[in-house]
Amino acid sequence: MNTVNKINRFLAGLPTHVVVIAVCLLWLLPAFGLLVTSLRPFQDINDTGWWTVLSAPKGMADYTASCAACHGDDGKLIATADLTDPELIGKYPRSLQLMAMLRKEIDGKPHMEDMPAPEAQQAADIANYLRRISNIENPPRFTASNYVDALVGYRGTTTYAKDCAAGAQSLDLKCNIRDLLNPRGMGRAFLNTLAVALPATVLPILFAAFAAYAFSWLHFRGRMALFAVLVGLQVVPLQMTLVPISRIYAQVGLNGTFLGVWLFHTGFGLPYAIYLMRNFLGSLPRDLFESAYLDGASHWTAFHRLALPLSVPAIASLGIFQFLWVWNDLLVALVFLGGKNPVLTYQISNMVTSLGAGWHLLTAAAFISMLLPMIVFFSLQRFFVRGLLAGSVKG
Amino acid sequence: MSSRDDKVPKIMKQGRVAPWLYVAPALIVMSFFIVYPMVSTVLLSFRNADSTLPATAACIAGEPCWGIFENYRYALTSPIMLTAFRNNLLWILLMVSGTVAMGLLIAVLADRVRYERFAKAIIFLPMAISFVGAGVIWKFMYDYGSGKIQIGLLNAILKTVGVSAVSWLTQPGINNLALILVGIWMWTGFSMTILAAALRGVPTEIVEAARVDGATEWHVFWRIIVPVIMPTIAVVITTMVINVLKIFDIVYVMTGGNYGTEVIANRMYVEMYNSFQSGRATAIAVVLILVIIPAMIYNIRRFQEQEAIR
Repeated sequence: MNTVNKINRFLAGLPTHVVVIAVCLLWLLPAFGLLVTSLRPFQDINDTGWWTVLSAPKGMADYTASCAACHGDDGKLIATADLTDPELIGKYPRSLQLMAMLRKEIDGKPHMEDMPAPEAQQAADIANYLRRISNIENPPRFTASNYVDALVGYRGTTTYAKDCAAGAQSLDLKCNIRDLLNPRGMGRAFLNTLAVALPATVLPILFAAFAAYAFSWLHFRGRMALFAVLVGLQVVPLQMTLVPISRIYAQVGLNGTFLGVWLFHTGFGLPYAIYLMRNFLGSLPRDLFESAYLDGASHWTAFHRLALPLSVPAIASLGIFQFLWVWNDLLVALVFLGGKNPVLTYQISNMVTSLGAGWHLLTAAAFISMLLPMIVFFSLQRFFVRGLLAGSVKG
Repeated sequence: MSSRDDKVPKIMKQGRVAPWLYVAPALIVMSFFIVYPMVSTVLLSFRNADSTLPATAACIAGEPCWGIFENYRYALTSPIMLTAFRNNLLWILLMVSGTVAMGLLIAVLADRVRYERFAKAIIFLPMAISFVGAGVIWKFMYDYGSGKIQIGLLNAILKTVGVSAVSWLTQPGINNLALILVGIWMWTGFSMTILAAALRGVPTEIVEAARVDGATEWHVFWRIIVPVIMPTIAVVITTMVINVLKIFDIVYVMTGGNYGTEVIANRMYVEMYNSFQSGRATAIAVVLILVIIPAMIYNIRRFQEQEAIR
């Protein structure tokens, strides 16, 4: 009876599990594909889908069908025609040469005897496979070289490591640690993004803390009306302000500077920051402030000795929110920083739209840009969710 | 004690200047970066491309002209803007309903499994990454190989079931849906989180009582849970509508607004920074905020209601 109940309950819950797990897998799949691709050698990425990464190498099936009967599965069965011999295989780099070889007669008999010759595409795959088993070209399944290439801004046809080893690197590369600061690379962009995001997170929180304290514990005329305006300002689209601000910036020389972006993000982050901080500070017990004041504390003391330390959870939520917002922003960086101090999102969008970079660089670059947000998100998810629930309408 | 609407303790009353010292820095920054540019943008929308003359100057004899509202003629009637309006409407309809439906589904179902936190973290994860990153992820999913090999997962699936590959991002009719799907992927976590918090506020006694009375789960959901969390659903919908109206990055990165995927925010950027038509760009911005103003008023109303019961 008990077991029957258990089974029944399990069956009743089964659809729920199926739906939840299926949705989760669907949600993960696109990002997982990106991660796998970013770790594959670039030759493989455009040849086969990322989902085949663990399957047999390309051309193996065709080889088995057409050649294995005589040459053996490992290609070594005929001593005079050892297919793992690089010298021998080097003569047939492409399908054309291989096809020509297959049409030649051996000892007066057709090379393939009575078997049908492979088609051009199959022959190409077989040639590919032969280069692999003869070690002429045997890229590993996984590689970190895409990340290196993306970080240093390499745009050549092989890899950064190979070019540097051969001394064939392009002029803007030095093949030393300074390449991480190459303006085209994601390494430089990463530092630029940090340089934008940290002050653009601290400044609005600082300003907001002062204002929020006044809005919750100080009395002044028009307090509620002003705060209502602030609630409205939260949803003003960035687009509304881009043109006038970029003109002013052009006049005072702030275009392309970090300062300009910090200030802009501060201005746009403030309405939400004040709103969130004020909701938190205003919900602190009133007795706390009353007794502090009775003990002779001034407002300044109450602010920095009482309100600030108590609002650390709110500051954490806000900090994560603002940090991720700035880190992930494209529009502000595009308009006010552009290519002078490229940030991650700017670099990637350039790589996408100008088609200058292949998938191997693009996927690695995208992952580099997501790394820090993901770490922040997983380690501080609690605060992130709390900030969201405090009512967010931003941008 | 002070009156109900004045929560500041009497004893803490201070001089007239002190509060303003606390508020002033924030107010100055906000006035300079939000309030002043808004006014300026409205004024610029009545000027010509380089703001040297009134917008009337852009009129061409013999062609329709709205005088000083010439930029608005462009912003409201030009074919590309009509496409943008149509697309933004499509975005609103599909993305808002998509995120709310998916968010609600996961919020309700994840509540019943032991790995709730894990499942929610996965759905929420795209919220942490940039639109640009998401754009790359999905561009790869949608990749269209002109040859035999399809390295984009969707086309590879089509190929295995024997359907010919689709150019997801350039084919009109499909490409907008493909972009909106990216938006849903990114923002479902948002509505899920907010709705899950609201679900926790549904009184369990009522739900249990309904179940004892023989109500099916379907009935419990539609007749009890949905009505109770309706205010939260409204909040999610408003927020999503505002977000969708401002959608820019996804379109900019994935199609650049080409192939009939233009949206308002991208058009504004193109007019300003590619065509150098600041009059048109600002007029589009003004149209954008006019559309958002109802949501703004709704937010302020809601805030005032909340304050009244605090």
